[in-house]
Amino acid sequence: MIHSLFLINHTGDIFLEKHWKSVIGRSVCDYFFEAREKAVEPENVPPVLQTPHHYLISIYRGKLFFLSVIQTEVPPLFVIEFLHRVADTIQDYFGECSEGVIKDNVVTVYELLEEMLDNGFPLATESNVLKEMIRPPTILRSVVNTLTGASNVGDTLPTGQLSNVPWRRVGVKYTNNEAYFDVIEEIDAILDKSGTTVFAEIQGVIEACVRLTGMPDLTLSFMNPRLLDDVSFHPCVRFKRWESERVLSFIPPDGNFTLMNYHVSSQNLVAIPVYVKQSISFFETGPCGRLDITIGPKQTMGKTVEGLMVTIHMPKAVLSANLTATQGTYTYDLATKVLVWDIGKLNPQKLPNLKGSLTTQAGTPKPEDNPSLNIDLKIQQLAISGLKVSRLDMYGEKYKPFKGVKYLTKAGKFQVRT
Amino acid sequence: MQEWANQLCENRQFGSKMTDSKYFTTTKKGEIFELKAELNSDKKEKKKEAVKKVIASMTVGKDVSALFPDVVNCMQTDNLELKKLVYLYLMNYAKSQPDMAIMAVNTFVKDCEDPNPLIRALAVRTMGCIRVDKITEYLCEPLRKCLKDEDPYVRKTAAVCVAKLHDINAQLVEDQGFLDTLKDLISDSNPMVVANAVAALSEIAESHPNSNLLDLNPQTINKLLTALNECTEWGQIFILDCLANYTPRDDRESQSICERVTPRLSHANSAVVLSAVKVLMKFMEMLPKDLDYYGTLLKKLAPPLVTLLSAEPELQYVALRNINLIVQRRPEILKHEMKVFFVKYNDPIYVKLEKLDIMIRLASQANIAQVLAELKEYATEVDVDFVRKAVRAIGRCAIKVEQSAERCVSTLLDLIQTKVNYVVQEAIVVIKDIFRKYPNKYESVIATLCENLDSLDEPEARAAMIWIVGEYAERIDNADELLESFLEGFHDESTQVQLQLLTAIVKLFLKKPTETQELVQQVLSLATQDSDNPDLRDRGYIYWRLLSTDPVAAKEVVLAEKPLISEETDLIEPTLLEELICHIGTLASVYHKPPSAFVEGSRGVQHKRLPGSAGSGESADSPDTGSAAGVSEAPPAVIPSQGDLLGDLLNLDLTPPTTSGPPPAPSSGMQMGAMDLLGGGLDSLMGDESEPPPVPQRTDTPQSPQLSHQSPSPPDYSPTELGGDLGGSPAMGAGFGAPPTAMPASFPPPVSGGLDDLFDLGGSVGMPMGAYSPPKSIWLPAMKAKGLEISGTFARRAGVIQMEMTLTNKAMSIMTDFAIQFNRNSFGLAPAGPLQVLTPVGPNQSIEVALPLSTVGPVMKMEPLTNLQVAVKNNIDVFYFSSQYPISMLFVEDGKMERQVFLATWKDIPNDNEAQFQIKDCHLNSDAASSKLQGSNVFTIAKRTVEGQDMLYQSMKLTNGIWVLAELRVQAGNPNYTVSLKCRAPEVSQCVFQSYEAMLKN
Repeated sequence: MIHSLFLINHTGDIFLEKHWKSVIGRSVCDYFFEAREKAVEPENVPPVLQTPHHYLISIYRGKLFFLSVIQTEVPPLFVIEFLHRVADTIQDYFGECSEGVIKDNVVTVYELLEEMLDNGFPLATESNVLKEMIRPPTILRSVVNTLTGASNVGDTLPTGQLSNVPWRRVGVKYTNNEAYFDVIEEIDAILDKSGTTVFAEIQGVIEACVRLTGMPDLTLSFMNPRLLDDVSFHPCVRFKRWESERVLSFIPPDGNFTLMNYHVSSQNLVAIPVYVKQSISFFETGPCGRLDITIGPKQTMGKTVEGLMVTIHMPKAVLSANLTATQGTYTYDLATKVLVWDIGKLNPQKLPNLKGSLTTQAGTPKPEDNPSLNIDLKIQQLAISGLKVSRLDMYGEKYKPFKGVKYLTKAGKFQVRT
Repeated sequence: MQEWANQLCENRQFGSKMTDSKYFTTTKKGEIFELKAELNSDKKEKKKEAVKKVIASMTVGKDVSALFPDVVNCMQTDNLELKKLVYLYLMNYAKSQPDMAIMAVNTFVKDCEDPNPLIRALAVRTMGCIRVDKITEYLCEPLRKCLKDEDPYVRKTAAVCVAKLHDINAQLVEDQGFLDTLKDLISDSNPMVVANAVAALSEIAESHPNSNLLDLNPQTINKLLTALNECTEWGQIFILDCLANYTPRDDRESQSICERVTPRLSHANSAVVLSAVKVLMKFMEMLPKDLDYYGTLLKKLAPPLVTLLSAEPELQYVALRNINLIVQRRPEILKHEMKVFFVKYNDPIYVKLEKLDIMIRLASQANIAQVLAELKEYATEVDVDFVRKAVRAIGRCAIKVEQSAERCVSTLLDLIQTKVNYVVQEAIVVIKDIFRKYPNKYESVIATLCENLDSLDEPEARAAMIWIVGEYAERIDNADELLESFLEGFHDESTQVQLQLLTAIVKLFLKKPTETQELVQQVLSLATQDSDNPDLRDRGYIYWRLLSTDPVAAKEVVLAEKPLISEETDLIEPTLLEELICHIGTLASVYHKPPSAFVEGSRGVQHKRLPGSAGSGESADSPDTGSAAGVSEAPPAVIPSQGDLLGDLLNLDLTPPTTSGPPPAPSSGMQMGAMDLLGGGLDSLMGDESEPPPVPQRTDTPQSPQLSHQSPSPPDYSPTELGGDLGGSPAMGAGFGAPPTAMPASFPPPVSGGLDDLFDLGGSVGMPMGAYSPPKSIWLPAMKAKGLEISGTFARRAGVIQMEMTLTNKAMSIMTDFAIQFNRNSFGLAPAGPLQVLTPVGPNQSIEVALPLSTVGPVMKMEPLTNLQVAVKNNIDVFYFSSQYPISMLFVEDGKMERQVFLATWKDIPNDNEAQFQIKDCHLNSDAASSKLQGSNVFTIAKRTVEGQDMLYQSMKLTNGIWVLAELRVQAGNPNYTVSLKCRAPEVSQCVFQSYEAMLKN
């Protein structure tokens, strides 16, 4: 099971360590540092490393490495999932997961780690259970605590841990009862030079924010559940009912949670909301090249495309860009060679265009690699897969809650090759 | 309002001061002093702040152990937070101050009685984390209570605590009976307790590989499946991993487990999903393929695997490594999902490389166009490693999908035109492989390749190019010039290039003898006189002699037709793959190595196997599913020509070993020398260079010293002498096409006698299988056992191991109430039922008993390996004796390996594991020996006759899944056999050899 955890920052300092069994010296991290050096980019460090006596499994989140040390045969996915859960919990407690925040709350983090794992076995990883035992810091509470001498460690038994619905505590009370669901879809796509879809899929997620009194039992049904053939649910969802009736029936956790993830694969036709006409070329003679990009709407289902942004990682030889944009602004970062064109709203009447010349380093050969275009966009009130929630029913409680569903489509890893 | 805002501002300032960063001040001597004072303060609040400061220092690795007594003093408190903080401190430092830690014991013991279950659990949990022997003694009583606590939260915490305690003091846990209590918890009413008990037992079992702690039977499985639905996600992982170790009784049980596990595939936690995939992949093996459910299950497996690929990159990586295995075992699952493996440019490099691997595995005629377009795209990316791999992938596609070869070649040519140095080099390396696969098809591109000769600076690319020039010397006008240009810097080249250059020039000479005589002499003298490399020297001499004695033979040898290379050379060897499938989701599956290869500790040789299929079908592709009857009737496949076997061996050898394969090992025995020469030497001799020259060790083989001490002038050896020189390796001789050396006329051995013996034996004890069984011997003399004499033997009858005993009562009184028990033994032999002695045995009476044995008992390695310690009880006393069983009892009926698998396995097992034995005075011919051995489940897979010597390649499988491969050499007229045994567990070799001798001589 998980033996130890080291938190390592961007510059390679270990700033927190936690051991769940015997103490393992920091020198074990040297193997990791070696791999880190070799990988050049921090994202490229292999997640599973073997050392003579230990295995190092790490994740990279928020410019921090969460490095766990294990000694026996343990499912690596279990470790990676757990590490992400640690990062999620820190984010949940303190609003972000960064070195500064962890250092500011080091004792709470330490207490959390102690509660999350016992002898390497996960103990309490549900955020509501943890919050019952260790209250997240708020300004008000720390003031009150200082004045009264109270602590932010709960002294009740975490009820949720024992019930059959470990994700929900009992005795929840709200004056305003509300349940909101966000259907968020990300399009992952690769388009080739000519604009043909090489590969496209939709990663969907339903985020819920449920503040309901008591023990409500919810049923969420869809207009077109057939779309969903590849789903993964929060543990609260009753799988049997999904299989037989294609409805989501569940007792929700309290607060914010991810109800389900789904995946609409490339087999089904995935609508691509924009098209990109581009040409980036470098001349054989002379240190320059040309760039011309136009973006237009394709399948937007009548909605407006917003937050449009194009990011291009230019070849190393490109020194500067002299371009004009008909809409939005562009920046070219000389150090990282990243060209960002922030367009904003897409106006179908007047298509945005970016055009101009690139200067390359004199004397170097024409760059061989073609830069890819990364597109960012947002479409409000649309789930591009066509998924629609038809109704939400509540059983088990008498009051009438406020209900709401929002849809949002975003670009995930949306790439255009040149 | 304004006032409120001001206040808020103040609060915020106050709040920011409240963060823990204030604890980070340097811990100088003075500070420790200050902390000490604060810890002993009367004010609760001050105390708590001080403890917090101490903990903060501790978490960043500062040494605050000097404060131990002061912190422990704070433990007696009602404040839960303070208590927890002190506990945290204790866990960290108790080890360094064991005597001080004792001070805390009383508080722990008291807390274990607290009315609040949270405190009880916390106390028992913390106590387990204090790794001090003295404390553990005090822990036992509280732990025992907590294991039976009324509150499940305490019980589940206590379950984990048993695992902790076991880690510190295993003996104590066993003595105190905690393991049994833990086993009882598997039947607990609370699913969380069940999950933790399973997790704890699994961890303990890991350090006790054979203890049989998790005794899985249908009842416990049912309990686990019930708990599976209700416990936490982590608990589900533990339970699923535990389920995967179970072997269902039949396909119906298998199906019902699969049905109950399938819902886990939709879990949000990817570790749960992968563990569920493991269970399904394993149990699927047992389902008949024509079952509807089988198809449904296959369909259900694809979406969750695809979903894993949209997770964080670290998860993707582990998922991809596992998918790589799954795709090899069951390509049909993901055959339509090619596109999800397309590489995104911002994937981390480790994800990119894995995706590429899987793309090639999934490549087929249907999707090859897409794949190629993608690969071409990748070849223009920035990352050098990735680009190289992409180029190689194009080559692999060409070899895998014949229809695409042409397109692949033209893609590669396009890439060569880019003139990017490393792309060109990779392209040339793969084009060479394409030539090998499709001879006389794409040679038109050679001209383009030659243009790039100068830009090649990597040994592999240079070697590939040289091979191409040598191989197609007749079509390249200036081949001699090209090769000559390489020759100038001969000594600066790497060995790989030198060897290749030598071979290429010899080929050139054989093709165009007139113009190149000078060149060949130059290279031969460079290789034989000026080189320190024994490989190069040896090869130089061989060519030299060949050329000087018989150029025609030389031509036949050097320019012999090469076998085509196989398309799936990088596949994981099937037995290893089967084992890895059982380890999906574990580190083993990430490394693609069996756990025994890298997990420290005592798992030993406990290899997991896939269960056999219950239905029809599959027997062709998996070695362990062939039915016993089918195997025993099938005649041993006789390899018709030597070239064929040679081809097979070469086939397996043509690409460099994949990362999962072991490196070429030094050769030990004579036969291995031959294998080695076949694998590396001969095959490179014949013009293939993709095998890295394997052997500086080859100097160890008997023939090389002779060779290398010859004078450099071309000696006048006759072909037979050369054959004789290499006599140790008959296959080599065959490869040279030299006539077999005359052998003394073979005398037919006295077969009838042997057969009679066999018949005799079969008749007297009525053995249907004709398996060898030793005669009964006295195991327990009457003197030692108060008048009870036991003699007996072991036999394998119709697949069941039996212990056959004669119990004789030589005492004066009647004997009754017989019972038998075995000590743990190497192969887990255990009585499958009680000893059936129904009637009392009177004085001077004897009774025959046959006791069927199972092999699922507890395992412990014995010395000698086949030793069995037995206890027999009767109404008088308990008696102990030990006996040794012939290991042939353990050869199972499905021990016949497929030829390909055999070859692969033989090569895969390191040579260190090979053992060679002589069997003297055996007068059987090879066929009689083969059929005799077959009776005892030793299966002959292939037979080869070289120079009057029969070589039988045989395989057998032990009940615990260990394969033993054998090569039996029988020379007509020579009563001495040689048997070479190879096995991953070399300790069994001696026993197997003894059995061979016993089986053959009976």
